[in-house]
Amino acid sequence: MMNFIDALMQYGFLQKALITSIMVGIICGVIGCFIILRGMALMGDAISHAVLPGVAISYMLGINFFFGAVLTGVLTALGIGFISQNSRIKNDVSIGIMFTAAFASGIILITLMKSSTDLYHILFGNVLAVRPSEMWTTLFIGIFVLVSIYVFYKELLVSSFDSTMAAAYGLPTRVIHYFLMTLLTLVTVASLQTVGIILVVAMLITPASTAYLLTNRLWVMLYLSAGIGVLSSIIGLYLSFTYNLASGATIVLAATALFIVAFIFSPKQGLIWRWIRKFRKRESYAR
Amino acid sequence: MKTAISVKDLFVSYHGSEALNNVSFTVNEGNLVGIIGPNGAGKSTLLKSLLNLISIDKGEVQILGKSIKEMRTKVAYVPQRSNIDWDFPITVIDTVLLGTYPNLGIFKRPKKSDKAWALECLEKVGIAEFRHRQIGELSGGQQQRVFLARALAQKPDMYFLDEPFVGVDVTSEETIITILKELRDIGKTVVVVHHDLSKASDYFNELILLNKELIEYGAVEKVFTPEVLGKAYSNHFPSMTAVEVKI
Repeated sequence: MMNFIDALMQYGFLQKALITSIMVGIICGVIGCFIILRGMALMGDAISHAVLPGVAISYMLGINFFFGAVLTGVLTALGIGFISQNSRIKNDVSIGIMFTAAFASGIILITLMKSSTDLYHILFGNVLAVRPSEMWTTLFIGIFVLVSIYVFYKELLVSSFDSTMAAAYGLPTRVIHYFLMTLLTLVTVASLQTVGIILVVAMLITPASTAYLLTNRLWVMLYLSAGIGVLSSIIGLYLSFTYNLASGATIVLAATALFIVAFIFSPKQGLIWRWIRKFRKRESYAR
Repeated sequence: MKTAISVKDLFVSYHGSEALNNVSFTVNEGNLVGIIGPNGAGKSTLLKSLLNLISIDKGEVQILGKSIKEMRTKVAYVPQRSNIDWDFPITVIDTVLLGTYPNLGIFKRPKKSDKAWALECLEKVGIAEFRHRQIGELSGGQQQRVFLARALAQKPDMYFLDEPFVGVDVTSEETIITILKELRDIGKTVVVVHHDLSKASDYFNELILLNKELIEYGAVEKVFTPEVLGKAYSNHFPSMTAVEVKI
């Protein structure tokens, strides 16, 4: 542990890695709450995979991968919506069709580029190699996402909880959906270096689910989820640095460990309390 | 008396099969109206097309003489209980507070006065003591009262409720219908989708009898007769003639 802290003081790359992964922990945690409450976990997985072709095209054109990623991410979200609204294909199926297609095109594009090292980093993340420009991209995206959620909190709350009421009083629920998809794409882009495309869905849903087990208020859930995301990022980064493991994998497993703790010990929802309540109930009947 | 709702030549279809066929009627302000009819008669569809929540094929709907788009914040909608995620992390009082959102506009947060008003609405439906509970921890009837309180919090001119008495205990049902009658008596218009014929004549003073087309609309005494009801329900009880349908 001391080694890690010493190294943190000493090495710029580790500081950048820490700042980036903390920001990723916060924004994935916050946006993830809305993803799981709206039943869109699969959508989170889909959008994260769908940025791959955009990243490849950006590398080919020599532009910041941010632009390509947002483009293909949002296009995929629109395509998914278009298919499920204009056919009898169910939403989860159209998600499956579209994101695998996007991901497959991404793999081909990257193979054409002939630089497989990049592919590995995009897929699995390598936060220790984060460049200053990427750190700044993550920070700017993070600020944009957090400000958006703060500003539209009320609308996101009501449309997530009761979209019929939201539509009945005139909120553009479809616009809100695609806005959220755009934010989700941005968050994925911001997380590329830290956890990578394949595992970003875990950062979206695991800390949020942990928080979901611990509270009955959305705003508390947002803060808790962000905090749990940050904690996972720091623990994961420490393990990644100390044992030379892929940062994406260690961060995700740290998040999973925290989820298991909440799943067992949560005061209202945890396994132990469920058992105790059941036991008490049985006792009261036995008397 | 002013016209509250006017529907002209309304046609609605789902995937090519017709749900509502040439429905026209006019409701005056200050009425408590029940929409009744057999399963699949298009009751909820009618309510949703009044609110423009589904697209209509043809026809015109006016709310207080204007299009629904201009009147949205003046109309409160209470959805079917089955459409709500009862595990959502939201407390009872915060659910009622959502009712103040339509009048707040975008960017603005509810103020102290809005919160006090939400609590007042919750007291009116008699469950203020549960205000800090998560909504899923309430019984079905209490949940329905929360959603009525949310509608009250919006201070609308018109209330649309979709099957509010399904899965609801007797006390809650009485509380809800009493409040709806009070709202009618102060001049609000209340429209309720209702499927239980046994209480329809006690609860409402006007009925819309629907079976894809409008069978009859008017005062309860006019609609709630075996002959008229038989026209809507006969298809569902093919062995019965109109007169045999028990009320």
